[in-house]
Amino acid sequence: MNIETKFLGQVTIEEKEIIQFPTGLPGFEDIKQFVILPLERDSPFAILQSIKQQEIGFVIAIPFIFKDHYVFDLTEEDKEELQIKSLEDLITYSIVTLKEPFNSSTINLQAPLLFNHKQKIAKQLVLQDANIYPLRFPIEGGDI
Amino acid sequence: MLVLSRKKDESIIIGDQIELKILSVDGDQVKLGIVAPKSVKVYRTEVYESIQQQNKEALSVSKLLIEQISKKNI
Repeated sequence: MNIETKFLGQVTIEEKEIIQFPTGLPGFEDIKQFVILPLERDSPFAILQSIKQQEIGFVIAIPFIFKDHYVFDLTEEDKEELQIKSLEDLITYSIVTLKEPFNSSTINLQAPLLFNHKQKIAKQLVLQDANIYPLRFPIEGGDI
Repeated sequence: MLVLSRKKDESIIIGDQIELKILSVDGDQVKLGIVAPKSVKVYRTEVYESIQQQNKEALSVSKLLIEQISKKNI
């Protein structure tokens, strides 16, 4: 199927690539179906694009590139919600808030996106208390 | 909004699975204890709102900036 995307024009995707967010994302609770669209090869960034609403496209990145030792707990309920059987099912991304100049951009480590890439189910987890990380963690090094 | 007065160590029950207890009151600070099934997510309101807000802010990106970052390697 073809979808209209925020940044990449019309893109052809396959049904099996569609990722379900059963509870949406905070602020976008009604938007439940997304795809991950890569940017250039070797780019650490990708786009999380709503398949229905063109204007809903988030820049995302693997957080571990920007923050060493980024660790948090998953509850049994989180695992159930995501139907995680093994940790290998899980991919973590974070939403990036891009700013100009680039080195004032930040990445959201307080609420990572968790994807079960086998079952294509995802959620934005809000970390609390023992797992506190910044909502706006600077993407360091304007030279990347 | 339903308004109830409670004293320290008193509580209220919401539905049949959620209990909210006043643990202590110190000036304008109230410490609440919450007993709820783990499937019920409890957030400080400002934390949840700040994430909603940040998600919205993350959407306002120019296409030009995307073109710039897509060429960046790490």
